Amino acid sequence: MYDPTSAIKGKQAVFAALPENAAVKAFAELATDAKFDRAELTLTVAREDIIAAGRAAQQAGYNFLEDVTAVDWYPSEPRFQITYHILSHSLKERVRLVVRLDSNAASLDSITSIWPSANFYEREVFDLFGVHFGGHPNLRRIMMPEDWKGHPLRKDYPVEGYR
Amino acid sequence: MTPPVEEITGPAAIDPGVDDVVANSARNRQNTPPNDQTMVINMGPQHPSTHGVLRLVVEVDGETVVAMAPDIGYLHTGIEKTCEAKFYQQVVPLTDRIDYLCPMTNNLAYCLAVEKLLGLEIPERAQYLRVLFNELTRIQSHLVWLGTHAMDIGALTVFLYCFREREDLLRIFEAVAGQRMMTSYVRIGGLSVEPPRDIYEKIRTFLKNFPAHVDEYEGLLQTNPIWMNRLKGVGYLSPEDAIALGVTGPPLRASGIDFDVRRDMPYSGYEKFQFNVPVSNIGDVWARYIVRMQEFRESVKICLQALDGLPEGHIMADAPKIILPNREQMKTQMESLIHHFKIVTEGFGVPAGEATSSVEAPHGMMNYYVVSDGTAKPYRVHMRNPGFATLQALETMCKGRLLADVVAVIGSIDIVLGEIDR
Repeated sequence: MYDPTSAIKGKQAVFAALPENAAVKAFAELATDAKFDRAELTLTVAREDIIAAGRAAQQAGYNFLEDVTAVDWYPSEPRFQITYHILSHSLKERVRLVVRLDSNAASLDSITSIWPSANFYEREVFDLFGVHFGGHPNLRRIMMPEDWKGHPLRKDYPVEGYR
Repeated sequence: MTPPVEEITGPAAIDPGVDDVVANSARNRQNTPPNDQTMVINMGPQHPSTHGVLRLVVEVDGETVVAMAPDIGYLHTGIEKTCEAKFYQQVVPLTDRIDYLCPMTNNLAYCLAVEKLLGLEIPERAQYLRVLFNELTRIQSHLVWLGTHAMDIGALTVFLYCFREREDLLRIFEAVAGQRMMTSYVRIGGLSVEPPRDIYEKIRTFLKNFPAHVDEYEGLLQTNPIWMNRLKGVGYLSPEDAIALGVTGPPLRASGIDFDVRRDMPYSGYEKFQFNVPVSNIGDVWARYIVRMQEFRESVKICLQALDGLPEGHIMADAPKIILPNREQMKTQMESLIHHFKIVTEGFGVPAGEATSSVEAPHGMMNYYVVSDGTAKPYRVHMRNPGFATLQALETMCKGRLLADVVAVIGSIDIVLGEIDR
Protein backbone atom coordinates (compact mmCIF):
# COMPACT_ATOMS: atom_id res chain seq x y z
CA MET A 1 0.00 0.00 0.00
CA TYR A 2 1.01 3.61 -0.51
CA ASP A 3 3.15 5.07 2.21
CA PRO A 4 2.65 8.85 2.53
CA THR A 5 6.08 9.24 4.14
CA SER A 6 7.73 8.04 0.90
CA ALA A 7 6.87 11.33 -0.81
CA ILE A 8 9.68 13.87 -1.04
CA LYS A 9 8.29 17.38 -0.70
CA GLY A 10 9.86 20.79 -1.02
CA LYS A 11 12.27 22.17 -3.57
CA GLN A 12 15.44 21.62 -1.56
CA ALA A 13 14.64 18.04 -0.60
CA VAL A 14 13.72 17.02 -4.15
CA PHE A 15 16.71 18.74 -5.71
CA ALA A 16 19.01 17.04 -3.17
CA ALA A 17 17.42 13.62 -3.74
CA LEU A 18 17.47 13.71 -7.56
CA PRO A 19 20.60 15.64 -8.56
CA GLU A 20 20.98 13.67 -11.82
CA ASN A 21 17.46 14.23 -13.14
CA ALA A 22 17.48 16.30 -16.35
CA ALA A 23 14.43 18.32 -15.35
CA VAL A 24 15.82 19.04 -11.90
CA LYS A 25 19.03 20.33 -13.47
CA ALA A 26 17.15 22.55 -15.91
CA PHE A 27 14.78 23.99 -13.31
CA ALA A 28 17.25 25.04 -10.63
CA GLU A 29 16.23 28.66 -11.11
CA LEU A 30 12.66 28.39 -12.33
CA ALA A 31 11.03 25.98 -9.89
CA THR A 32 9.36 27.51 -6.86
CA ASP A 33 8.30 24.19 -5.35
CA ALA A 34 8.84 20.53 -6.13
CA LYS A 35 7.44 17.15 -5.23
CA PHE A 36 8.57 13.60 -5.92
CA ASP A 37 5.67 11.33 -5.12
CA ARG A 38 4.75 7.86 -6.46
CA ALA A 39 7.85 8.00 -8.70
CA GLU A 40 6.52 11.12 -10.44
CA LEU A 41 8.28 14.46 -10.49
CA THR A 42 6.15 17.58 -10.14
CA LEU A 43 7.68 21.03 -10.47
CA THR A 44 5.78 24.19 -9.64
CA VAL A 45 6.65 27.32 -11.59
CA ALA A 46 5.46 30.90 -11.27
CA ARG A 47 2.71 32.16 -13.53
CA GLU A 48 5.00 34.60 -15.36
CA ASP A 49 7.63 31.93 -16.02
CA ILE A 50 5.57 29.39 -17.94
CA ILE A 51 7.05 30.16 -21.37
CA ALA A 52 10.58 30.17 -19.95
CA ALA A 53 9.77 26.90 -18.20
CA GLY A 54 8.50 25.34 -21.42
CA ARG A 55 11.66 26.33 -23.24
CA ALA A 56 13.85 25.05 -20.40
CA ALA A 57 12.05 21.71 -20.47
CA GLN A 58 12.40 21.50 -24.23
CA GLN A 59 16.12 22.21 -24.04
CA ALA A 60 16.55 19.60 -21.33
CA GLY A 61 15.24 16.96 -23.73
CA TYR A 62 11.55 16.96 -22.81
CA ASN A 63 10.47 17.30 -26.40
CA PHE A 64 6.83 16.21 -26.38
CA LEU A 65 3.90 18.03 -24.77
CA GLU A 66 1.41 15.35 -23.72
CA ASP A 67 -1.40 17.47 -22.38
CA VAL A 68 -2.47 20.62 -20.60
CA THR A 69 -5.25 20.38 -18.10
CA ALA A 70 -6.49 22.04 -14.94
CA VAL A 71 -7.75 21.23 -11.48
CA ASP A 72 -10.19 23.52 -9.69
CA TRP A 73 -9.47 23.72 -5.94
CA TYR A 74 -12.55 25.87 -5.20
CA PRO A 75 -13.12 27.37 -2.64
CA SER A 76 -9.46 27.46 -1.54
CA GLU A 77 -6.93 29.82 -3.05
CA PRO A 78 -4.96 29.71 -5.31
CA ARG A 79 -7.96 28.26 -7.04
CA PHE A 80 -6.71 26.86 -10.37
CA GLN A 81 -3.91 24.41 -10.86
CA ILE A 82 -2.80 24.24 -14.50
CA THR A 83 -0.98 20.98 -15.12
CA TYR A 84 1.37 20.33 -18.03
CA HIS A 85 2.64 16.83 -18.75
CA ILE A 86 5.83 16.86 -20.78
CA LEU A 87 7.45 13.68 -22.04
CA SER A 88 10.94 13.02 -23.27
CA HIS A 89 11.19 10.50 -26.10
CA SER A 90 14.93 10.07 -25.55
CA LEU A 91 15.05 10.00 -21.72
CA LYS A 92 11.82 7.97 -21.59
CA GLU A 93 10.43 9.87 -18.65
CA ARG A 94 7.97 12.65 -18.04
CA VAL A 95 7.83 15.74 -15.89
CA ARG A 96 4.72 17.45 -14.59
CA LEU A 97 4.76 21.24 -14.49
CA VAL A 98 2.22 23.00 -12.32
CA VAL A 99 1.16 26.65 -12.31
CA ARG A 100 -1.19 27.89 -9.60
CA LEU A 101 -3.55 30.75 -10.35
CA ASP A 102 -5.72 32.87 -8.08
CA SER A 103 -9.37 33.14 -9.03
CA ASN A 104 -9.09 36.89 -9.60
CA ALA A 105 -6.19 36.41 -12.02
CA ALA A 106 -7.16 33.27 -13.92
CA SER A 107 -4.98 33.83 -16.95
CA LEU A 108 -1.48 32.96 -18.10
CA ASP A 109 0.59 32.90 -21.26
CA SER A 110 -0.08 30.36 -23.96
CA ILE A 111 2.69 27.92 -24.82
CA THR A 112 1.51 27.40 -28.40
CA SER A 113 4.68 29.19 -29.55
CA ILE A 114 6.73 26.29 -28.14
CA TRP A 115 4.38 23.38 -28.88
CA PRO A 116 1.63 24.08 -31.44
CA SER A 117 -0.21 21.05 -30.03
CA ALA A 118 -1.09 23.16 -26.97
CA ASN A 119 -3.70 24.83 -29.19
CA PHE A 120 -6.51 22.33 -28.56
CA TYR A 121 -5.49 21.56 -24.98
CA GLU A 122 -5.57 25.21 -23.97
CA ARG A 123 -8.86 25.73 -25.77
CA GLU A 124 -10.27 22.86 -23.74
CA VAL A 125 -9.05 24.37 -20.45
CA PHE A 126 -10.47 27.74 -21.49
CA ASP A 127 -13.80 26.18 -22.40
CA LEU A 128 -14.28 23.97 -19.35
CA PHE A 129 -12.50 26.03 -16.66
CA GLY A 130 -12.59 29.60 -17.94
CA VAL A 131 -8.85 30.16 -17.71
CA HIS A 132 -7.47 32.57 -20.30
CA PHE A 133 -4.33 31.96 -22.30
CA GLY A 134 -2.67 35.12 -23.54
CA GLY A 135 -1.25 34.96 -27.05
CA HIS A 136 -3.32 31.95 -28.07
CA PRO A 137 -4.08 32.07 -31.82
CA ASN A 138 -7.68 30.86 -31.60
CA LEU A 139 -9.02 30.88 -28.06
CA ARG A 140 -12.63 29.79 -28.54
CA ARG A 141 -14.84 27.13 -26.98
CA ILE A 142 -14.05 23.67 -28.28
CA MET A 143 -16.36 21.19 -26.53
CA MET A 144 -19.37 23.29 -25.51
CA PRO A 145 -21.53 25.35 -27.89
CA GLU A 146 -20.26 28.87 -28.60
CA ASP A 147 -23.10 30.54 -26.67
CA TRP A 148 -22.81 28.36 -23.57
CA LYS A 149 -22.85 30.14 -20.21
CA GLY A 150 -20.43 29.03 -17.52
CA HIS A 151 -17.55 26.57 -17.40
CA PRO A 152 -18.71 23.01 -16.63
CA LEU A 153 -15.61 21.55 -14.99
CA ARG A 154 -15.49 24.23 -12.33
CA LYS A 155 -16.39 22.85 -8.93
CA ASP A 156 -19.13 25.44 -8.39
CA TYR A 157 -20.90 24.26 -11.55
CA PRO A 158 -23.50 21.60 -10.67
CA VAL A 159 -22.98 18.10 -12.07
CA GLU A 160 -26.52 18.07 -13.48
CA GLY A 161 -26.02 21.50 -15.05
CA TYR A 162 -28.35 24.45 -14.60
CA ARG A 163 -32.00 23.59 -15.03
CA MET B 1 -30.91 28.08 -10.65
CA THR B 2 -29.50 30.30 -13.31
CA PRO B 3 -25.87 30.26 -14.35
CA PRO B 4 -23.65 33.13 -13.26
CA VAL B 5 -23.21 35.54 -16.13
CA GLU B 6 -19.55 36.09 -16.67
CA GLU B 7 -17.81 38.83 -18.50
CA ILE B 8 -15.44 37.26 -20.95
CA THR B 9 -12.41 39.49 -21.05
CA GLY B 10 -8.99 39.30 -22.53
CA PRO B 11 -7.90 37.90 -25.85
CA ALA B 12 -10.78 35.45 -26.00
CA ALA B 13 -13.31 38.20 -26.46
CA ILE B 14 -13.23 37.77 -30.23
CA ASP B 15 -16.78 37.80 -31.48
CA PRO B 16 -18.28 34.66 -29.87
CA GLY B 17 -21.00 34.46 -32.49
CA VAL B 18 -18.62 33.89 -35.34
CA ASP B 19 -19.00 30.46 -36.80
CA ASP B 20 -16.48 30.84 -39.54
CA VAL B 21 -13.95 28.29 -38.42
CA VAL B 22 -11.74 29.00 -41.37
CA ALA B 23 -11.40 32.58 -40.16
CA ASN B 24 -8.85 31.23 -37.72
CA SER B 25 -7.23 28.72 -40.01
CA ALA B 26 -3.63 28.55 -41.05
CA ARG B 27 -4.08 30.88 -44.00
CA ASN B 28 -5.32 33.66 -41.77
CA ARG B 29 -2.63 33.09 -39.21
CA GLN B 30 -0.08 33.69 -41.93
CA ASN B 31 -1.97 36.85 -42.97
CA THR B 32 -2.35 35.79 -46.58
CA PRO B 33 -5.12 37.83 -48.17
CA PRO B 34 -8.31 35.92 -48.96
CA ASN B 35 -8.53 34.67 -52.47
CA ASP B 36 -11.65 35.19 -54.57
CA GLN B 37 -11.17 31.82 -56.16
CA THR B 38 -11.54 29.74 -53.01
CA MET B 39 -14.71 28.23 -51.66
CA VAL B 40 -15.55 27.07 -48.15
CA ILE B 41 -17.31 23.75 -47.89
CA ASN B 42 -18.67 21.88 -44.96
CA MET B 43 -17.81 18.22 -44.52
CA GLY B 44 -19.79 16.47 -41.84
CA PRO B 45 -20.87 16.33 -39.04
CA GLN B 46 -22.90 13.53 -40.60
CA HIS B 47 -20.54 12.27 -43.24
CA PRO B 48 -19.81 8.55 -43.59
CA SER B 49 -16.07 9.03 -43.97
CA THR B 50 -15.58 11.09 -40.81
CA HIS B 51 -16.03 8.02 -38.56
CA GLY B 52 -18.44 9.72 -36.22
CA VAL B 53 -19.69 13.24 -35.82
CA LEU B 54 -16.71 15.27 -36.94
CA ARG B 55 -17.28 18.49 -38.81
CA LEU B 56 -14.55 19.73 -41.08
CA VAL B 57 -14.67 23.21 -42.55
CA VAL B 58 -12.54 22.99 -45.65
CA GLU B 59 -11.46 25.85 -47.84
CA VAL B 60 -10.76 24.65 -51.35
CA ASP B 61 -9.28 26.22 -54.43
CA GLY B 62 -10.80 24.13 -57.18
CA GLU B 63 -10.28 20.71 -55.69
CA THR B 64 -7.13 21.56 -53.75
CA VAL B 65 -7.36 22.02 -49.99
CA VAL B 66 -6.10 25.45 -48.94
CA ALA B 67 -7.11 25.44 -45.29
CA MET B 68 -9.05 23.23 -42.97
CA ALA B 69 -10.36 23.39 -39.44
CA PRO B 70 -11.90 20.52 -37.50
CA ASP B 71 -14.94 21.42 -35.41
CA ILE B 72 -15.54 18.97 -32.58
CA GLY B 73 -17.67 18.65 -29.48
CA TYR B 74 -20.80 17.08 -30.96
CA LEU B 75 -20.37 13.99 -28.75
CA HIS B 76 -19.31 15.85 -25.61
CA THR B 77 -21.08 14.22 -22.68
CA GLY B 78 -18.99 15.60 -19.82
CA ILE B 79 -17.56 12.24 -18.76
CA GLU B 80 -14.78 13.96 -16.78
CA LYS B 81 -17.39 15.85 -14.76
CA THR B 82 -19.45 12.68 -14.23
CA CYS B 83 -16.36 10.88 -12.91
CA GLU B 84 -16.08 13.42 -10.10
CA ALA B 85 -19.54 12.41 -8.84
CA LYS B 86 -18.86 8.65 -8.75
CA PHE B 87 -16.92 6.34 -6.45
CA TYR B 88 -13.56 5.20 -7.77
CA GLN B 89 -14.89 1.75 -8.74
CA GLN B 90 -17.93 3.26 -10.46
CA VAL B 91 -15.75 5.17 -12.92
CA VAL B 92 -14.58 1.95 -14.64
CA PRO B 93 -17.78 1.50 -16.72
CA LEU B 94 -17.58 5.16 -17.79
CA THR B 95 -14.11 4.62 -19.23
CA ASP B 96 -15.47 1.92 -21.57
CA ARG B 97 -17.70 4.46 -23.18
CA ILE B 98 -14.95 6.91 -24.07
CA ASP B 99 -13.28 4.87 -26.76
CA TYR B 100 -15.69 2.12 -27.65
CA LEU B 101 -13.16 0.35 -29.86
CA CYS B 102 -10.67 -0.29 -27.09
CA PRO B 103 -12.64 -0.54 -23.82
CA MET B 104 -10.06 -2.76 -22.10
CA THR B 105 -7.27 -0.29 -22.79
CA ASN B 106 -9.30 2.50 -21.23
CA ASN B 107 -10.15 0.35 -18.21
CA LEU B 108 -6.48 -0.51 -17.82
CA ALA B 109 -5.24 3.07 -18.09
CA TYR B 110 -7.70 4.26 -15.45
CA CYS B 111 -7.03 1.33 -13.11
CA LEU B 112 -3.26 1.80 -13.41
CA ALA B 113 -3.60 5.42 -12.29
CA VAL B 114 -5.79 4.54 -9.30
CA GLU B 115 -3.55 1.60 -8.39
CA LYS B 116 -0.59 3.98 -8.44
CA LEU B 117 -2.45 6.30 -6.07
CA LEU B 118 -3.26 3.38 -3.78
CA GLY B 119 0.13 1.69 -4.12
CA LEU B 120 -1.50 -1.66 -4.95
CA GLU B 121 0.54 -4.66 -6.08
CA ILE B 122 -1.18 -6.56 -8.89
CA PRO B 123 -0.72 -10.37 -9.05
CA GLU B 124 1.29 -11.60 -11.99
CA ARG B 125 -1.55 -13.68 -13.42
CA ALA B 126 -3.74 -10.58 -13.62
CA GLN B 127 -0.93 -8.67 -15.34
CA TYR B 128 -0.50 -11.37 -17.98
CA LEU B 129 -4.24 -11.52 -18.63
CA ARG B 130 -4.35 -7.73 -18.88
CA VAL B 131 -1.61 -7.84 -21.50
CA LEU B 132 -3.36 -10.66 -23.36
CA PHE B 133 -6.70 -8.89 -23.57
CA ASN B 134 -5.12 -5.55 -24.35
CA GLU B 135 -3.40 -7.02 -27.36
CA LEU B 136 -6.60 -8.74 -28.49
CA THR B 137 -8.30 -5.35 -28.14
CA ARG B 138 -5.57 -3.82 -30.29
CA ILE B 139 -6.21 -6.42 -33.00
CA GLN B 140 -9.94 -5.80 -32.76
CA SER B 141 -9.52 -2.02 -33.00
CA HIS B 142 -7.10 -2.26 -35.92
CA LEU B 143 -9.57 -4.55 -37.71
CA VAL B 144 -12.24 -1.85 -37.51
CA TRP B 145 -9.68 0.68 -38.72
CA LEU B 146 -8.65 -1.45 -41.69
CA GLY B 147 -12.21 -2.29 -42.67
CA THR B 148 -13.52 1.26 -42.54
CA HIS B 149 -10.37 2.77 -44.05
CA ALA B 150 -10.59 0.40 -47.00
CA MET B 151 -14.31 1.02 -47.34
CA ASP B 152 -13.77 4.80 -47.45
CA ILE B 153 -11.39 4.34 -50.32
CA GLY B 154 -13.69 1.98 -52.16
CA ALA B 155 -12.35 -1.48 -51.35
CA LEU B 156 -15.58 -2.77 -49.90
CA THR B 157 -14.71 -6.45 -49.62
CA VAL B 158 -12.04 -6.05 -46.95
CA PHE B 159 -14.61 -4.58 -44.58
CA LEU B 160 -16.60 -7.83 -44.59
CA TYR B 161 -13.53 -9.98 -43.95
CA CYS B 162 -12.30 -7.71 -41.13
CA PHE B 163 -15.63 -7.83 -39.38
CA ARG B 164 -15.70 -11.62 -39.71
CA GLU B 165 -12.51 -11.85 -37.61
CA ARG B 166 -13.69 -9.10 -35.28
CA GLU B 167 -16.78 -11.16 -34.54
CA ASP B 168 -14.55 -14.02 -33.31
CA LEU B 169 -12.81 -11.60 -30.96
CA LEU B 170 -16.03 -10.10 -29.69
CA ARG B 171 -17.29 -13.61 -28.91
CA ILE B 172 -14.11 -14.19 -26.90
CA PHE B 173 -14.68 -10.93 -25.01
CA GLU B 174 -18.27 -11.92 -24.36
CA ALA B 175 -17.21 -15.28 -22.94
CA VAL B 176 -14.61 -13.62 -20.71
CA ALA B 177 -16.31 -10.44 -19.53
CA GLY B 178 -19.99 -11.06 -20.30
CA GLN B 179 -20.11 -8.15 -22.73
CA ARG B 180 -19.06 -7.74 -26.33
CA MET B 181 -18.05 -4.10 -26.29
CA MET B 182 -18.48 -2.37 -22.92
CA THR B 183 -16.44 -4.98 -21.11
CA SER B 184 -15.46 -3.26 -17.81
CA TYR B 185 -13.23 -6.30 -17.39
CA VAL B 186 -10.18 -4.66 -15.84
CA ARG B 187 -10.96 -3.52 -12.30
CA ILE B 188 -9.03 -1.63 -9.65
CA GLY B 189 -6.74 -4.30 -8.18
CA GLY B 190 -7.01 -6.89 -10.93
CA LEU B 191 -9.74 -8.34 -13.11
CA SER B 192 -13.44 -8.84 -12.58
CA VAL B 193 -13.66 -12.62 -13.11
CA GLU B 194 -11.43 -15.59 -13.89
CA PRO B 195 -11.76 -16.38 -17.63
CA PRO B 196 -13.55 -19.68 -18.42
CA ARG B 197 -11.22 -22.68 -18.73
CA ASP B 198 -11.95 -23.40 -22.37
CA ILE B 199 -11.29 -19.84 -23.56
CA TYR B 200 -7.53 -20.28 -23.89
CA GLU B 201 -7.97 -22.93 -26.57
CA LYS B 202 -10.35 -20.63 -28.47
CA ILE B 203 -7.85 -17.78 -28.29
CA ARG B 204 -5.08 -20.08 -29.52
CA THR B 205 -7.21 -21.18 -32.45
CA PHE B 206 -7.90 -17.55 -33.33
CA LEU B 207 -4.21 -16.61 -33.07
CA LYS B 208 -3.22 -19.63 -35.20
CA ASN B 209 -5.55 -18.63 -38.03
CA PHE B 210 -5.16 -14.87 -37.78
CA PRO B 211 -1.77 -14.36 -39.53
CA ALA B 212 -3.21 -16.08 -42.61
CA HIS B 213 -6.10 -13.61 -42.52
CA VAL B 214 -3.66 -10.69 -42.41
CA ASP B 215 -2.02 -12.14 -45.51
CA GLU B 216 -5.48 -12.33 -47.05
CA TYR B 217 -6.15 -8.62 -46.40
CA GLU B 218 -2.77 -7.71 -47.80
CA GLY B 219 -3.45 -9.85 -50.84
CA LEU B 220 -6.74 -8.09 -51.42
CA LEU B 221 -5.36 -4.59 -50.96
CA GLN B 222 -1.80 -4.56 -52.14
CA THR B 223 -2.59 -6.06 -55.52
CA ASN B 224 -5.18 -3.33 -56.03
CA PRO B 225 -3.67 -0.41 -58.00
CA ILE B 226 -6.42 1.98 -56.86
CA TRP B 227 -5.61 1.28 -53.20
CA MET B 228 -1.87 1.75 -53.79
CA ASN B 229 -2.33 5.03 -55.67
CA ARG B 230 -4.74 6.45 -53.12
CA LEU B 231 -2.28 5.75 -50.27
CA LYS B 232 1.23 6.33 -51.52
CA GLY B 233 2.58 9.86 -51.13
CA VAL B 234 -0.68 11.14 -49.60
CA GLY B 235 -0.89 13.00 -46.28
CA TYR B 236 2.80 13.41 -45.54
CA LEU B 237 3.68 14.31 -41.95
CA SER B 238 7.28 15.12 -41.07
CA PRO B 239 8.72 13.86 -37.75
CA GLU B 240 9.15 17.47 -36.53
CA ASP B 241 5.52 18.28 -37.26
CA ALA B 242 4.40 15.02 -35.65
CA ILE B 243 6.08 15.96 -32.37
CA ALA B 244 5.02 19.60 -32.51
CA LEU B 245 1.38 18.66 -33.12
CA GLY B 246 1.20 16.01 -30.40
CA VAL B 247 0.81 12.96 -32.66
CA THR B 248 1.27 9.60 -30.95
CA GLY B 249 0.94 5.92 -31.72
CA PRO B 250 1.07 4.41 -35.22
CA PRO B 251 1.02 7.82 -37.03
CA LEU B 252 4.05 8.92 -34.97
CA ARG B 253 5.94 5.72 -35.72
CA ALA B 254 5.00 6.00 -39.39
CA SER B 255 6.73 9.40 -39.36
CA GLY B 256 9.97 7.84 -38.18
CA ILE B 257 9.89 8.42 -34.40
CA ASP B 258 10.68 5.16 -32.67
CA PHE B 259 8.63 5.46 -29.50
CA ASP B 260 6.22 2.94 -28.04
CA VAL B 261 5.01 3.20 -24.44
CA ARG B 262 4.85 -0.60 -24.14
CA ARG B 263 8.56 -0.94 -24.79
CA ASP B 264 9.97 2.38 -23.57
CA MET B 265 7.96 3.00 -20.40
CA PRO B 266 6.59 -0.50 -19.67
CA TYR B 267 3.43 -0.95 -17.63
CA SER B 268 1.54 -4.05 -16.50
CA GLY B 269 4.56 -6.32 -17.06
CA TYR B 270 5.22 -5.50 -20.73
CA GLU B 271 8.95 -5.59 -20.01
CA LYS B 272 8.72 -9.41 -19.88
CA PHE B 273 7.55 -9.69 -23.49
CA GLN B 274 9.63 -9.75 -26.65
CA PHE B 275 8.22 -7.87 -29.61
CA ASN B 276 9.30 -5.47 -32.31
CA VAL B 277 8.03 -1.94 -32.72
CA PRO B 278 7.32 -1.30 -36.41
CA VAL B 279 8.66 2.05 -37.58
CA SER B 280 8.62 3.63 -41.02
CA ASN B 281 10.39 6.73 -42.31
CA ILE B 282 7.99 7.44 -45.16
CA GLY B 283 5.42 9.41 -43.15
CA ASP B 284 2.43 9.11 -45.50
CA VAL B 285 -0.87 7.25 -45.41
CA TRP B 286 0.84 4.19 -46.88
CA ALA B 287 3.39 4.13 -44.03
CA ARG B 288 0.60 4.25 -41.43
CA TYR B 289 -1.06 1.32 -43.18
CA ILE B 290 2.19 -0.67 -43.19
CA VAL B 291 2.91 0.09 -39.51
CA ARG B 292 -0.54 -1.08 -38.40
CA MET B 293 -0.39 -4.23 -40.52
CA GLN B 294 2.91 -5.10 -38.81
CA GLU B 295 1.34 -4.40 -35.43
CA PHE B 296 -1.24 -7.12 -36.14
CA ARG B 297 1.57 -9.65 -36.32
CA GLU B 298 3.43 -8.27 -33.29
CA SER B 299 0.25 -8.38 -31.22
CA VAL B 300 -0.21 -12.04 -32.13
CA LYS B 301 3.34 -12.68 -30.87
CA ILE B 302 2.63 -10.95 -27.55
CA CYS B 303 -0.65 -12.83 -27.09
CA LEU B 304 1.08 -16.17 -27.64
CA GLN B 305 3.80 -15.27 -25.12
CA ALA B 306 1.13 -14.27 -22.61
CA LEU B 307 -0.70 -17.57 -23.11
CA ASP B 308 2.50 -19.63 -22.84
CA GLY B 309 3.81 -17.84 -19.77
CA LEU B 310 0.47 -17.40 -17.99
CA PRO B 311 1.21 -18.09 -14.29
CA GLU B 312 -1.22 -19.64 -11.83
CA GLY B 313 -2.50 -17.57 -8.93
CA HIS B 314 -5.04 -14.96 -8.02
CA ILE B 315 -6.50 -12.40 -10.39
CA MET B 316 -7.14 -9.84 -7.65
CA ALA B 317 -4.74 -8.05 -5.33
CA ASP B 318 -4.84 -8.86 -1.63
CA ALA B 319 -6.52 -5.73 -0.24
CA PRO B 320 -9.80 -6.57 1.54
CA LYS B 321 -10.72 -2.93 2.15
CA ILE B 322 -10.58 -2.12 -1.57
CA ILE B 323 -11.49 -5.30 -3.41
CA LEU B 324 -14.89 -6.93 -3.10
CA PRO B 325 -14.70 -10.35 -1.38
CA ASN B 326 -15.91 -13.38 -3.32
CA ARG B 327 -19.48 -14.51 -2.72
CA GLU B 328 -18.46 -17.59 -0.74
CA GLN B 329 -16.43 -15.57 1.76
CA MET B 330 -19.08 -12.91 1.95
CA LYS B 331 -21.68 -15.46 3.03
CA THR B 332 -19.51 -17.22 5.59
CA GLN B 333 -17.26 -14.59 7.15
CA MET B 334 -18.44 -11.61 9.13
CA GLU B 335 -15.43 -9.46 8.22
CA SER B 336 -15.89 -10.04 4.51
CA LEU B 337 -19.54 -9.08 4.80
CA ILE B 338 -18.60 -5.82 6.55
CA HIS B 339 -15.98 -5.02 3.92
CA HIS B 340 -18.42 -5.76 1.15
CA PHE B 341 -21.05 -3.52 2.71
CA LYS B 342 -18.62 -0.67 3.25
CA ILE B 343 -17.11 -0.80 -0.25
CA VAL B 344 -20.52 -0.88 -1.91
CA THR B 345 -22.16 1.82 0.18
CA GLU B 346 -19.36 4.28 0.85
CA GLY B 347 -16.53 3.31 -1.48
CA PHE B 348 -12.93 3.34 -0.35
CA GLY B 349 -10.70 6.28 0.44
CA VAL B 350 -7.68 6.87 -1.77
CA PRO B 351 -4.63 8.64 -0.29
CA ALA B 352 -4.43 12.24 -1.44
CA GLY B 353 -2.16 13.05 -4.33
CA GLU B 354 -2.01 12.86 -8.10
CA ALA B 355 -0.96 10.13 -10.48
CA THR B 356 -0.59 9.76 -14.22
CA SER B 357 -0.74 6.47 -16.05
CA SER B 358 0.24 6.03 -19.65
CA VAL B 359 -0.61 3.15 -21.96
CA GLU B 360 -0.16 2.47 -25.64
CA ALA B 361 -3.73 2.32 -26.92
CA PRO B 362 -4.47 1.13 -30.47
CA HIS B 363 -4.84 4.76 -31.58
CA GLY B 364 -1.83 6.14 -29.71
CA MET B 365 -0.73 7.14 -26.25
CA MET B 366 -3.54 7.27 -23.72
CA ASN B 367 -2.94 8.90 -20.33
CA TYR B 368 -5.17 9.11 -17.32
CA TYR B 369 -4.46 11.84 -14.79
CA VAL B 370 -6.28 11.20 -11.52
CA VAL B 371 -6.22 13.64 -8.60
CA SER B 372 -7.36 12.46 -5.20
CA ASP B 373 -8.24 14.57 -2.17
CA GLY B 374 -8.39 11.57 0.15
CA THR B 375 -12.10 10.83 -0.22
CA ALA B 376 -13.90 7.95 -1.96
CA LYS B 377 -14.59 9.96 -5.11
CA PRO B 378 -11.92 11.16 -7.52
CA TYR B 379 -11.37 14.90 -7.27
CA ARG B 380 -10.45 15.13 -10.93
CA VAL B 381 -10.07 12.60 -13.74
CA HIS B 382 -8.53 13.77 -16.96
CA MET B 383 -8.07 11.62 -20.03
CA ARG B 384 -5.39 12.43 -22.54
CA ASN B 385 -6.77 10.73 -25.60
CA PRO B 386 -4.66 10.20 -28.69
CA GLY B 387 -7.28 11.26 -31.25
CA PHE B 388 -7.78 14.73 -29.76
CA ALA B 389 -4.16 15.68 -30.44
CA THR B 390 -3.81 13.79 -33.70
CA LEU B 391 -6.76 15.70 -35.12
CA GLN B 392 -4.69 18.90 -34.95
CA ALA B 393 -2.27 17.42 -37.47
CA LEU B 394 -5.05 16.90 -40.01
CA GLU B 395 -4.61 20.30 -41.64
CA THR B 396 -0.85 19.84 -42.03
CA MET B 397 -1.42 16.48 -43.69
CA CYS B 398 -4.18 17.60 -46.04
CA LYS B 399 -2.99 21.04 -47.14
CA GLY B 400 -2.13 21.21 -50.81
CA ARG B 401 -3.74 17.85 -51.54
CA LEU B 402 -7.00 17.04 -53.28
CA LEU B 403 -10.27 17.01 -51.38
CA ALA B 404 -10.64 13.27 -51.96
CA ASP B 405 -7.37 12.70 -50.12
CA VAL B 406 -8.91 14.12 -46.94
CA VAL B 407 -10.95 10.94 -46.70
CA ALA B 408 -7.84 8.78 -46.97
CA VAL B 409 -6.01 10.86 -44.34
CA ILE B 410 -8.89 10.71 -41.84
CA GLY B 411 -8.94 6.95 -42.26
CA SER B 412 -5.21 6.73 -41.70
CA ILE B 413 -5.15 8.57 -38.36
CA ASP B 414 -7.85 6.23 -37.03
CA ILE B 415 -9.92 8.56 -34.88
CA VAL B 416 -12.80 7.71 -32.60
CA LEU B 417 -14.95 10.74 -31.90
CA GLY B 418 -16.11 9.36 -28.57
CA GLU B 419 -12.62 9.73 -27.15
CA ILE B 420 -12.04 13.12 -28.73
CA ASP B 421 -15.19 14.74 -27.39
CA ARG B 422 -15.45 12.75 -24.14
